[in-house]
Amino acid sequence: MFDFIAGHYNYWFIILLISIGMYGMIFKKNLVKKLIGMTIFQAAVILFYISSSVKADTTVPILLELNESADVNRYINPLPHALMLTAIVVGVATVGVAFALLVLIYKRYNTLDEKELIERMK
Amino acid sequence: MIERHIPALLPLIFLASALLIPMFGVFKRKTAYPFAVTASLSAAALSVYGFVYVLQNGTMRYYFGGWIPPIGIEFVYDPLSAFVSVVINVVALMVLTHALNSVRVDQEGRQVAYYSVVMLLLTGFNGMIITGDLFNLYVFIEISSLSGYALIAVGEKQSPFAAFRYLIIGTIGASFYLLGIGYLYFMSGTLNMGDLAGILPMIKDSPTILVALIIIVVGLGIKMAIFPMHGWLPDSYTYAPTTSSSLIAPIGTKVGAYALIRILYFVFGADYFSREFAAADLIAIFSCGGIIFGSVLAIAQKEMKRMLAYSSIAQIGYIGLGIGLANPFGFIGAVLHLLNHAFMKACLFLVAGNLRIKAGHSDITKMDDSFRKKYPWTMAAFTVAALSMVGLPPLAGFFSKWYLALGTIQSSRWIYLAVILISSLLNAVYFFRILEKVYMKSPIKEKADENSSENIKKDEVVPSMLVPALVLAIGLIVLGILNVFIVKQIYKMMPEGM
Repeated sequence: MFDFIAGHYNYWFIILLISIGMYGMIFKKNLVKKLIGMTIFQAAVILFYISSSVKADTTVPILLELNESADVNRYINPLPHALMLTAIVVGVATVGVAFALLVLIYKRYNTLDEKELIERMK
Repeated sequence: MIERHIPALLPLIFLASALLIPMFGVFKRKTAYPFAVTASLSAAALSVYGFVYVLQNGTMRYYFGGWIPPIGIEFVYDPLSAFVSVVINVVALMVLTHALNSVRVDQEGRQVAYYSVVMLLLTGFNGMIITGDLFNLYVFIEISSLSGYALIAVGEKQSPFAAFRYLIIGTIGASFYLLGIGYLYFMSGTLNMGDLAGILPMIKDSPTILVALIIIVVGLGIKMAIFPMHGWLPDSYTYAPTTSSSLIAPIGTKVGAYALIRILYFVFGADYFSREFAAADLIAIFSCGGIIFGSVLAIAQKEMKRMLAYSSIAQIGYIGLGIGLANPFGFIGAVLHLLNHAFMKACLFLVAGNLRIKAGHSDITKMDDSFRKKYPWTMAAFTVAALSMVGLPPLAGFFSKWYLALGTIQSSRWIYLAVILISSLLNAVYFFRILEKVYMKSPIKEKADENSSENIKKDEVVPSMLVPALVLAIGLIVLGILNVFIVKQIYKMMPEGM
């Protein structure tokens, strides 16, 4: 039982982060806080990829000497990291669009509180 | 020679014009529209040509950078993706033709940026359809979604809030999808769809694959707006400008549905998700809920665009139901409805946009038979599309419902059959309500002096806005008549072993 908890501690941490993100998006009334929740959620997914591709006693996948035989066990898998770089870029773009929308909302309604916003929209 | 490059050219045309439009637009704002329509026209022509070519010569694969998959990324242009790309590019061409006037009115001074973002949206959609790589699909989902948020946010006063809600929910959907393909990747070591389909049978007993399937269905279900995950849809469609809503409503959710079909049928395989555990049943049950829920709420709406948005939720339910049936007739029904609904919804949203520009509103309660006299052709297009939505033969909408009904009979799911029949009646209620007003109800008495029937003159919209709606309406009749031919082609799109 203890092994099950300790052996997967990175996954527990990611579950915690996803829950925090979900909580922020659902229960927080301020739109910026909702956005923060969304960012935490995205970060959790990125950490899931990174922590799952960890491999002990390995190095970056660069062939150091030409005559060296490429032993897979010595290198880390670079693909998850490359994927996550793309995902981070996508995440940054999403946050940028979201902030642009928030600026627009604030200019029109002078508030970022969800309850008040819905009232003013009527 | 050009055939070999069609898979890459389709997204590339749109991507290139997304960059070229602002470059030329800086000097001359009027160049934006011709650029956008030319790009859309050439993409539509290419996709039609490519579809015919693929039907004759079989699937095309395009390897990027010469790297052979599963190491490299590939675009797969098979009959199904060719078919869906024809659908979306033709509908997009019609909507962009219509855009000449409506964007000039809605987006005064921002046409250049607007068209550029539309091109990015279409890049994302075309990429989602053609790609053969799971992570690539995620990137294209995000390209189309991000431009979709921007296109929705430039509408009415409330639209940025609607777009923000869509952004939060949509990003969660995409993140769920990303998490799901993470599970698949760490279990199988590949992201290529074809490769994964070969590996999955060996590892399918693992609960991780099951969780991955559930997470991916939830993620794509949000993009597609299957019933309990539709919350973002009504506000976004209602407050978005005409061109945006008539692009995103018929195409956006369809591409989500296509991605779901692609992953469930071609990667997991119909056997896995329908027989070995009840994912298919769950999708079908939720879709049935969506069909009833969307139809009932559509009846309650007073505003035409909002009504169409709720009707979209119901119609997406039909596609979901077809996917969930997981038998050949269900597959045909889903793919055929994907085509028919794209045409119907585009036509209806264009009509709603025409009414908003000419009459200043699209409020159903204020409609009367002066509408028929003022805009005879617009209302004719509306009538054809509405009848098709209800499902009157020989219009296209009848046939997709027919095949879905055959699918429910084939699997002996009588409750689903009842849902299809009841929802047809509900569709009839909310569309005949408008038709009744437009063709029967005489104008309100007080205004009779100035507005009496003799004084109402024909006041039809300009041709650039009328022709696309009419072409789509005529298309519905043609698609209905040609349905046997289309269904024969859909047989070629089925995954092996169905």
